[in-house]
Order: sequence, then C-alpha cells, then structure tokens
Amino acid sequence: MPEVANTTQLAQSRFAAGPIEQRKVLVEGIAKKLMLVAALCLIVPVLSIITYIFFKAAPVLGLDFLWGVPEGGGTGGGIWPPLIGTFFLVLVSLCICAPIGIMSGIYLNEYAPDNWFTRVINMAVTSLAGVPSIVHALFGVGAFVLTFGMGESLLAASCTIAVMTIPVLITSTREALSAVPMAFRQACWNMGATKWQTIRTIVLPNSISGILTGVILEVSRAAGETAPILFTGAAASIPFMADSLGDKLMPYYLGDKFMALSYHLKVVADKLNDVPEAMKYGTAAVLIGLIFILNSFSIVLRMYLRSRKKW
Amino acid sequence: MATKKTSLRGLGAKFLDGAEPLIRALIYASGWSSIVFVAAIFFFIFREAWPILPRVNWGEFFFTNDWVPVPAEGNKASYGAMSMMYGTISVTIVSMVIAVPLGLGAAVYISEFATGKVKESFKVLIELLAAIPSIVWGFIGLVVLNPIIQDVFGVAVGVNLLNGSIVVAFMAVPMIVSISEDALRAVPDTYREAALALGASKWQIVYKVLFPAAKNGLLAACMLGVGRAVGETMAVLMATGNGMVIPENFANPAILLDKVRTLTATIVSELPDSVHGGDHYRMLFVIGIVLLVFSVVINVTSDIIVKGVKGDQKNA
Repeated sequence: MPEVANTTQLAQSRFAAGPIEQRKVLVEGIAKKLMLVAALCLIVPVLSIITYIFFKAAPVLGLDFLWGVPEGGGTGGGIWPPLIGTFFLVLVSLCICAPIGIMSGIYLNEYAPDNWFTRVINMAVTSLAGVPSIVHALFGVGAFVLTFGMGESLLAASCTIAVMTIPVLITSTREALSAVPMAFRQACWNMGATKWQTIRTIVLPNSISGILTGVILEVSRAAGETAPILFTGAAASIPFMADSLGDKLMPYYLGDKFMALSYHLKVVADKLNDVPEAMKYGTAAVLIGLIFILNSFSIVLRMYLRSRKKW
Repeated sequence: MATKKTSLRGLGAKFLDGAEPLIRALIYASGWSSIVFVAAIFFFIFREAWPILPRVNWGEFFFTNDWVPVPAEGNKASYGAMSMMYGTISVTIVSMVIAVPLGLGAAVYISEFATGKVKESFKVLIELLAAIPSIVWGFIGLVVLNPIIQDVFGVAVGVNLLNGSIVVAFMAVPMIVSISEDALRAVPDTYREAALALGASKWQIVYKVLFPAAKNGLLAACMLGVGRAVGETMAVLMATGNGMVIPENFANPAILLDKVRTLTATIVSELPDSVHGGDHYRMLFVIGIVLLVFSVVINVTSDIIVKGVKGDQKNA
C-alpha cells in the first residue's frame, strides 16, 4: 500500500499548518490570554478588596450599628443619622430631578426636531455629564447657597445633586423610549390620537421599566456623591436625640444641615488612629452594600425586561 | 343602555388630554433645561470669580510655583498654580498608562473573545465597578492600599502619586471599557466576515480590521477617561497625600512615591478656610473655571469624534 501512504503524506504536506499558520495560531492564543488577563486585572483586585472590606467590617455589621447614633465623634456607636440623611438627600434630589429628567428625555426622543438646536441640547447633556463633581460643588455654593439664599442646607445640597445627576436620567429615559418600535406610535396616530395621548397610553407604559432603571441609577449615584455636598450642607456631626423615635425618623428639615453616609465615611477615614478599624470598614461596607444592592436591582430589572420583551 | 363615561379613569384621561398644551409646554421647557443648567454653571462660577479676573496674573498662575494665598504679615499673596497642574497632569498620565491598556484589552476580550455567560458576567461586573462611588475609592486608597504600598516599597507614607493613580485608573476604566466596547460593536459584522474569509485569525481581525475601523470611538473613550481623571476629586484628595511638590528630576521613577496635589483637591481642601468674597476664595473659583472649560472641551470634542464615526458608517 505504498500509494495510500503516499497520498496521506501528500495531504499532510499540503494541508498541514505551515510556519505562517502556526505562528498565527500561537499569536492568537497569546493575545487572547493577554486580553483575558486585562479583564481579570480589573475585576479580581476590586472584588478581593471589597470582600476584604466586608470581612473587616463583619464584627460591627448588625442592626445596632445601622440603628445606633455615633458616639464620641464617630469613634463608636452606629451610623443611623448619616444613613437617614443620605435617604433624605436622595429623596429630595429625586423629587427635583425625576420630573425634569424624564420630561427632558421625552422631549429629546419624541418632540425634538432634527436640527442644530437639538444638537446643542445633546451637547449640553454630554457636557453636563462630564462636568467634574467639584465644579458642581462650586456651582452649588454660588447658586443655591449664596444667590438663592438657601444657606448650607439639605435643600441646597439636594438641588446641587439633582443638577449633577439629571444627565443619567435623561440618557436612560431616552434609551428606554427609543426601544419602543416606531410602528406602535404610527398605529396609535392612525387611530386619531394626539402626540401626548400616544406618549401617555402607548410609549410610556411600554418603557416604564427602562425609565425605572434610570431612576435607580440616579439614586445610586446620588447616594455616593461627596464633593457636591461638602460645601452645600453636609455636616460632620450633628447633636442627635438618641432616644426619641420622632427625631430618629425625621431628623432633618429642608433648611437644616445634615449628615450623609458618604461624608461620614470621609470623616471617619481621615481620623487615622482615633477611630477603631471596624467602624471605618463598617461605614464603607454599608455604603458599598447600598450601592451594589441598588445597581443589582437595576441590572436584574433590565434583564427581566429584556426576557419578556414583546417585540 | 346608554352608559356615560363617568369612571374615575375616564375622568383622569379626559383631564390629561385636556392638559395637553400645558404638558407640552412643560416637556419643551424640561427639554431645554440642560442648556439652562450648563449656562447657569458657567454664569455662577464666573460670577463668583468675576471681581478678580481682571487682576489675575495668568503668567504667574500657569508658570510659577508659589501658592501662598495667606501670606505672612506685610507680604503679598501669590497664586502660582503650576505645582497643582503638575499634580493633575501626573495623576492623569500615570493613571491612563494603567487604565488604557487594561481598558482596551478588557473591551476587546468582552466584545470579541468572550461568549455567552462569561460575556454577560464580565459586563455586569464592569457595570458594578463603575458604580463604586469616588469616596469609597478614596477610602480604598487611604486605608487599604496605603499599608500595601508602605510594605512593598518600604516608604513611610503610602498615599502618593502611585496610589492616587491606581485608584483613578480603576475609576476611569469602566467608562473606557464600555465606550470602546460600543465602538467595537458598531463595526459592521461584514468587516469581520470578510477578514475571516481571507483566513485571518480573530486577533488579526482585531488589530488589522477592528482597531482601524473603530479608532475614533476608541480615541473618544480614552479622552473621556482623561476627562474623568482630571475632574476626579474625593478619591485623589484622599489617596495622593495632598502635598504641593514639583520634582526636580522627572526621569527618576521615585517621583511616583512623592506626594502630589491636584487642582480639584486644592479646591476641596482650601475652600472651607478661605474668607468668603476674598481673593483666595475667588482664585479657587478661577481654578474651577479652568476645570470647567477643560471638561466641556474634552466632552464636546469626544462627542464630535464619536458622531463622526456614526456618520462614516452611514456612508459605508
């Protein structure tokens, strides 16, 4: 059977990977591994640091820590006042920026004509999103604290945060609305509905979960920001009636200075030696936990939305 | 049986339809509000800085080193911001040296090599990475990385240029990844198929076809990363050591272990101590103007670059 062997040899020599081909495969393997390493370099250290923070925080994490009042300038006790302060900050800023942000998204997706003015608006949205947080803080001081006479207060801080987070809402509202097929709108218009009737009965019900995702992202962003509230109303510590339930649930009014979780974390982290480690890690862990829960919620909502999409 | 529409729902709908002109006015007003906000930011920051603007010695501001806002009795205050510019520029460069290769690599892996569940989990993790607030990164720099850098390099203080740059790199990377990934995904599949048919490997497709085709988007991603690094405040304040020094020898790698102070950190740490309405206070707003103008230029330019990419594809 020499002939068969001959053919196999021929086949091998003709179709086997030549040096160029071999090099190509080798380089591809190396490149792929390098890319994977780059991706892992981003994820693994951060995940391990966060696990480490939670591990260090474990001794204090508990209801007493969440519900307690700081003692001795943050060296002991709990974090309830900053926690509820962050809640109020987020709530007030959301009340200001949700209507404006959502309506602005509706305008840009449904009403805006395709002209230079709309392009200017779009540029304003991207610029607003890119303005550094410290510049927003200066704006808050110049506008809300001084000019509008709000003083350093919960309201001034919420307004500053609202202006800063509006682009998040505009962008996600727009994405949610543009995912609704044009045919839906056309069908509705053909029935004689006006533009607003179409938006109210067809477009918004079909995109409400997407808008909600944007709202959650705005909340998570507002809860973590520190620089914009530093000079517009956050306080390092505020005397707190530990025993009165009313004071615990409604400690700050719109005109008061307030404590916030993010600023509290800076205060305890800066006191290098006075504050027990577990207190610092505990505060950080609560803030990270809060942000991650909010973001996971928005991710899950988006996945659920994608899975039951009707079109 | 003739029923009149008197249900609550019907009434609500009637009211909402009747209010259409009002609602349309509100929607238009909100739509234009972004322009108002950007204009207001410019207006109020310029207004606070206004009285000092004609008196600012720009040569001194950009090219000298002495930032003495509260001089000793009898001396003149001087406002040389070069050491802070050095701080901002050095943090930006070092952090981009870390973030750009990692970000582009991760974007290529996620968009071209990873599939199915792996791809989804990477995307979710990068999104969570993007959500970590700046103050938490500052905390990580100050409390977690600080002792590590002290041990590894044998220095007394671990908050320095290197620490701050690592932190800023990790903050900027999620944005670089997601924008680069968008840019890579925007390259039409026919490009990939054509290269595949010619016998190219996946890696050859990436660097011979996708990189040239998506170069504008990738450039925009890096520019936005730079914008993020320049504007970052709380994290650099806590992680860079906050000391105004300009090294004498830039070739010496040990400058990585020096303290620096950025423009943003200067505003945060000095605004509470400055006298409201005084020169020092106004100079901090001048720094704010520099940051604001820089960020708007970076964002508008990268926006134009990306829109250019989209225009190209329409023609292709």
